[in-house]
Amino acid sequence: MSRLLHIEGLQAGYGAVPVLFDVSLDLAPGQVLALMGRNGMGKSTTIKSICRMIPSQGTLRFDGRDLHALPSHRAARLGLGLVPEGRRCFAGLTVLENLAAAARPGPWSRAAVGRLFPRLTERGTQLAASLSGGEQQMLAIGRALMTNPRLLILDEATEGLAPLVRAEIWDAIAELKGAGQSILIVDKSLRDLRKLADSAVILERGRSVWSGPMRGLDDDTAHRLLGV
Amino acid sequence: MIPERLVTIGAVAGLLAVALGAWALGEIFTITLATRAAILALAATGLNIALGYGGLVSLGHAAFFGLGGYAMGILAFHAQSYTPLELGSLTIEGTKSMPVIWLVAVCVSALAAWVIGLLSLRTGGVYFIMITLAFGQMFYYFAISWSAYGGEDGLPIYLRNSFPGVDTLVPVQFFGLCFAALVLALLLSARLRSAPLGLALNAARQSPARVAAVGISPTRVKLVAFVISGAITGLAGALYADLNRFVSPAMFSWQLSGELIVLVILGGVGRLAGPVIGACLFVTLEHWLGGLTDFWHVWLGAILLGVVLFARGGIVGLLTGKAGPHV
Repeated sequence: MSRLLHIEGLQAGYGAVPVLFDVSLDLAPGQVLALMGRNGMGKSTTIKSICRMIPSQGTLRFDGRDLHALPSHRAARLGLGLVPEGRRCFAGLTVLENLAAAARPGPWSRAAVGRLFPRLTERGTQLAASLSGGEQQMLAIGRALMTNPRLLILDEATEGLAPLVRAEIWDAIAELKGAGQSILIVDKSLRDLRKLADSAVILERGRSVWSGPMRGLDDDTAHRLLGV
Repeated sequence: MIPERLVTIGAVAGLLAVALGAWALGEIFTITLATRAAILALAATGLNIALGYGGLVSLGHAAFFGLGGYAMGILAFHAQSYTPLELGSLTIEGTKSMPVIWLVAVCVSALAAWVIGLLSLRTGGVYFIMITLAFGQMFYYFAISWSAYGGEDGLPIYLRNSFPGVDTLVPVQFFGLCFAALVLALLLSARLRSAPLGLALNAARQSPARVAAVGISPTRVKLVAFVISGAITGLAGALYADLNRFVSPAMFSWQLSGELIVLVILGGVGRLAGPVIGACLFVTLEHWLGGLTDFWHVWLGAILLGVVLFARGGIVGLLTGKAGPHV
């Protein structure tokens, strides 16, 4: 099977504190993979390792290339589009400037992002800092799409948002999946992930303890590993 | 509150009006003051790209100012003494042509900015300030000990250099050249601010990690900005040398780097009109307060304190009612 992202035996940590001990996952092109686990199990650390924001060891390959050899911006240029936890838009730039700053050639343009999130077009000349949480989240996704990523990485994209706004974000993610976008997603809502994800990996204390197709995840396992 | 665009146009038009008014009234000295303001504004416009857009607090911009000055001084010195300039096996004729001198000044300062930036951008914060300061001082002490070009005494150039179609010895015509350079630099600066490079630079100031996450190297963006910034300040140095017909190691001094920062802060950090208003205010205060008391720097200090405490965003911030970008 052709793999877009291949991780095996990944280890990482912060300084002297190890967080990841043995994480493995595989993501095929066009697939949506849910990375799950309770708080503090290493989901965000895994994502930071993939995006080369922290040092790590083990096998970490994107489209056959070893990511370990690359600095953060080079990894992003290979086609990793990160939507970071906590949104982190460029607060001092306007909505349109946020999108323009990230633009790389490809089908995603400001117009295309505007079609996915019409609200961003309305708010075009507003500073990102003045947007609501949901709008900032849309902007963070839009900004990642502007890099025309081959793999979109969503870290807690619906966290702390009102239910209606969350539904809007989930609809947009589903639309991206429909268009064939490969997605690695971290989220707390198992209900929404079940509808969207093709497969899942569950982390516990820095190890991948369960992986397989999403429909193969039974309620007992989910309860035991995720506490839901 | 006044839109920023109007403030910029007003500041530039005001400077032009002062020079033309002084010309009409035959006030030669005022034209020279306006020329000095235009050149300092040009140098500060360069610094503003690094400091205002990129958040790079460089205490070494005098290095580029001085390099521009010495590029002019050395080329003109060889032209006026009819001696060739020997660089190893390479022999270059001196020149009195401003366009050639400007080109050399821009290239030399850009190259220096590239080398200094390459080394100092690996650090940040107070270390960046210290490293740029150290580079500036290196040039300063080198110039002091470089006896071939006057050493500590500096190097007088007897005749102002020439520009095709312009009599540079007529003060208002020389002002016109400096003013044109300032306007071009402001247009470039404005274009840069809204270009992808400027946006990435602005974003890199706020969050380098997020910029890297969208595939842009924050260090590279800052380096490019630093080089453009140094090149513009270098051009200002060449003009400043021509204004005074004299170059000396003082152009490399860290006090000058500090003054350029003061200009930008007074006017408004990261604002297009900031350096222009800052330079005009500085030159006015220097002339007016300097005539009243030898201790005019004390009053300048008090004004700077007032601006920092009560007018965040400088004079432009005060006029537009918006605080500037956080540096």
